Amino acid sequence: MTVRRIMGTEIEYGISVPGQPGANPMVTSSQIVNAYAARPELSKGGRARWDYEEETPLRDARGFTYTGALYDPAENLADEDSGLANVILTNGARLYVDHAHPEYSTPEVTNPREIVLFDKAGEMTMAEAALRAAHTPGIGPINLYKNNTDNKGASYGAHENYLMSRQTPFADIVAHFTPFLVTRQVFAGAGRIGIGQDASEHRYQISQRADFFEVEVGLETTLKRPIINTRDEPHADAERYRRLHVIIGDANLAEHATFLKTGTASIVLAMIESGAFDGSLGIAEPVAELRAVSHDPTLTHKIELRNGKRLTAVELQQSILEQAEAYCGADADPDTREVLDLWAYVLDALARDPMELADMLDWPAKLSLLDRYRQRENLDWGAAKLQAIDLQYHDVRPEKGLYHRLVARGKMKRLLTDTEIINAMTEPPADTRAFFRGRCLSRYPSEVVAASWDSVIFDVGADSLVRVPMMEPEKGTKAHVGELFERCEAAKDLLDVITAD
Amino acid sequence: MAAKDSGGQSQSQRSRQEADAETTEAAVDPEIAERHEAMTEEVDDLLDEIDEVLETNSEEFVRSFVQKGGQ
Repeated sequence: MTVRRIMGTEIEYGISVPGQPGANPMVTSSQIVNAYAARPELSKGGRARWDYEEETPLRDARGFTYTGALYDPAENLADEDSGLANVILTNGARLYVDHAHPEYSTPEVTNPREIVLFDKAGEMTMAEAALRAAHTPGIGPINLYKNNTDNKGASYGAHENYLMSRQTPFADIVAHFTPFLVTRQVFAGAGRIGIGQDASEHRYQISQRADFFEVEVGLETTLKRPIINTRDEPHADAERYRRLHVIIGDANLAEHATFLKTGTASIVLAMIESGAFDGSLGIAEPVAELRAVSHDPTLTHKIELRNGKRLTAVELQQSILEQAEAYCGADADPDTREVLDLWAYVLDALARDPMELADMLDWPAKLSLLDRYRQRENLDWGAAKLQAIDLQYHDVRPEKGLYHRLVARGKMKRLLTDTEIINAMTEPPADTRAFFRGRCLSRYPSEVVAASWDSVIFDVGADSLVRVPMMEPEKGTKAHVGELFERCEAAKDLLDVITAD
Repeated sequence: MAAKDSGGQSQSQRSRQEADAETTEAAVDPEIAERHEAMTEEVDDLLDEIDEVLETNSEEFVRSFVQKGGQ
């Protein structure tokens, strides 16, 4: 049993032009993406486009299938025709415009620490993109916020993806993952002033997203949002894998929050895959309880289970943790152990006093700031100043964002150094196919005409383009192909080696 | 991984408890008073910094942050 699996996050950032609330967000989001694309390592060749082609099954043991066949780019390389900017980064991530927001999708990684690393690299990428945009003639300042709502009725996502076994019945995921998702906000919430989608009631709640979820299961992501999303698009061998698309999280600034959010999710999914849960934690009314938990920062609300029992969200999490400990036992590898230990530490602290975690998790950190400010200025929760603090906590600019100001004062615990994060803005993870994607882009920028999660397409001067599918996310790693990139001066050499095997 | 020191409220509570356990006689330990004062100053300092970096017109800033819905 391990926390290790293929995973990633995709975060839509809030975007605003000071003084121009009417600015077209599709245009400004494109300006952000294009400004970043002017970075030296991204502007060497022509810009690689996103490949939407559906995949063919795997043949090569390393994860490649050489197609060599005629390939019609016009059908699948659609982004630029739609006018929305897209750029594939040398770390294997994707920066693009989605639903009127700039979005950063991390490369595929294998563990929660790397999720934190690349999720934070995304944040720094956005900060740099905004800085570059501000220095582009004709473009004014554009501000970006890593949050999930404008407090006026709109919400935008912070999604997680977990690759799972196709064997696991979807009904098991619904039954056993729902209680976990409803309650994990006690450590994964990013905090928000305002109750209701339009924040009409002025109180602090734990989660940014809870009030925007309306059903238990479904395919939607933009309205009638479901706790469990049923999208089935594995970006990998569909016979073997399912990609569980989790849409119910908040965007976290705090490194420990992201670490715990994704690490615990991966452990719980591993337990579901091996049938470890008996269903005794089923919640009677998950949607209503999701909100009730979020609306109670004292963490005393009792959730009613289907079997009539009543537990607080922290107690329910403790029960999941106990089962995880029993399940992993002494076999937990170091990465898994690290998650289990932090999970236990955080739940104990939450049970005593959530404010003990004001230096580790987002919602207590923000609440602590707001409370002190509110007391000093004698404000009520509806005050514009407090709402401004709530919003500015999420500002990605190091000099303006209040999360970043806390970090600068040494008031937030970290898992990573800035140097590691800056490195991850350009360097791919070593142990997934993102390594192959990223290296192709940095090594052969002029020859890569397009890429996607499961393909890279080359133009090496032949009559047709060459498409290299990558249906196995754990292949194309540094161990598999690192040496090839050192050896092959040109993309053509690389393709010759791959196809000769 | 578990955290030891921390800022803000929790530290002030914890360090006060520790200090209480250590101190048996002195009603007002000057060291505690000093630490408490330092803590208060630090909080004030943080709130002052918020005032400095906060967007100038809070009402206008909050009102004009209007997003199109996303996923």
